[in-house]
Amino acid sequence: MTIGLRPPSMWRYHEWLPFDGDPVWSLDTGCTPLVEAPALARRFGVARVWVKNDTVSHPSLSFKDRVVAAAINAAAAFGLDTIGCASTGNLANAVAAHAARAGLKGGAWIFVPEDLEAGKVIGTSVYGARLVRVRGTYDDVNRLCAQVADRFGWGIVNVNLRSYYGEGSKTVAYEIAEQLGWRLPTAVVAPMAGGSLVTKLRKGFGEFLEAGLVHGDLPRLYGAQAAGCAPIVHLVERGAGPIEPEVPNTICRSLAIGNPADGTFAARAMRETGGWGVAVSDPDLVEGIRILAEDVGVFSETAGGVTTAGALALARAGRLRPDDEVVLCITGHGLKTLEAVQHAVPEAPVIAPRLRELLELEKRTWPSR
Amino acid sequence: MAITVNLPSVLAAHAGGARTIEATGRTLGEAVADVATRYPGLAPRLRDKDGKPYPFVNFYLNDEDVRFRGGFAAPVRDGDEVTVIPAIAGG
Repeated sequence: MTIGLRPPSMWRYHEWLPFDGDPVWSLDTGCTPLVEAPALARRFGVARVWVKNDTVSHPSLSFKDRVVAAAINAAAAFGLDTIGCASTGNLANAVAAHAARAGLKGGAWIFVPEDLEAGKVIGTSVYGARLVRVRGTYDDVNRLCAQVADRFGWGIVNVNLRSYYGEGSKTVAYEIAEQLGWRLPTAVVAPMAGGSLVTKLRKGFGEFLEAGLVHGDLPRLYGAQAAGCAPIVHLVERGAGPIEPEVPNTICRSLAIGNPADGTFAARAMRETGGWGVAVSDPDLVEGIRILAEDVGVFSETAGGVTTAGALALARAGRLRPDDEVVLCITGHGLKTLEAVQHAVPEAPVIAPRLRELLELEKRTWPSR
Repeated sequence: MAITVNLPSVLAAHAGGARTIEATGRTLGEAVADVATRYPGLAPRLRDKDGKPYPFVNFYLNDEDVRFRGGFAAPVRDGDEVTVIPAIAGG
């Protein structure tokens, strides 16, 4: 059946996903909106901008639903009844939600840094997952999970199921191409933590070019990180060599991976497509969240602030062109990281339920930033 | 006394099935060289032919990534624990 007539989920592209048979779980993940953002296009000085809005991904409000949908079907194929992950938060939410929905007998074991945002922690525990908070950074959690996968034989989605998990990310690229009317943008800006998404965007766009579904050049791929944890950006700037790990220091917890194993591949994907890396400060990423909300009506968690502020920095540095058609990958919902913006938005005034008080309020200057 | 080296199961297969082995040396590099001599099957999996670490095989010294401690030049002492872990990533 032609792709356009298939049900609206990431499985409409199943020929490009690593499964022989039909998927059995998480059949309704994917096909998030591609939102045109003319205000952002004016702000960046480019022809057109779209937001790939994975803040409304089903069921856990981040693009990690895609990778978990792929991984949980791999777990099913391998007969694994327990899944798990090391996570900076979004993946934790996704693994917990998908495992609950599938009714996995062994459930989900989820490992996160001790001090994650409340939304990420509660948004995992609520599904009945076995959530373990580990003292240390994500990189410490990740190391433990490598040992857990080795010892317990569970399907740790981003460790021993990683090759399946990663393929799920390609569906972002497929959807962008289809939603643009079977063509490619000229530039894509995506957040980077482990660096996997950037590499899978390249693979996904490349596969559609190869299949003849789209024509032209690969988009220039740009990766954004928080300045307090930017080992991949620094590698792009150095040009070659190994990743030099960093100790993260940023409010952008979802991207705080100091030792990104896909970093060298991500750096290569950016340089080889004519893109670049960009790092933004914590105040700038908070401003990025506000810009995205006010310009597009999309409320993103911290990673989306990094992506938006990163795109703005790229535009100011002259890396985006007036004729560019740019897609921003916005990967997680803002309600997950309220802590990041709660002090950056004006406090709402309180009035009595009387029209006179509203009339007085309306005359006064509205609280500004 | 010596330092303890913890191996993932994929590497333990090359050390007679042992998940934990002992090694001696003044630096991590010397300890790895010691292991490589005694377990020739492990040698090419722990370091490249010039004796340098691979980017995708990580060493942790008492829970700390040795890249923050000078890599193979990191000094080790009796009683230290070294853990070898294939590089992975997540989010």
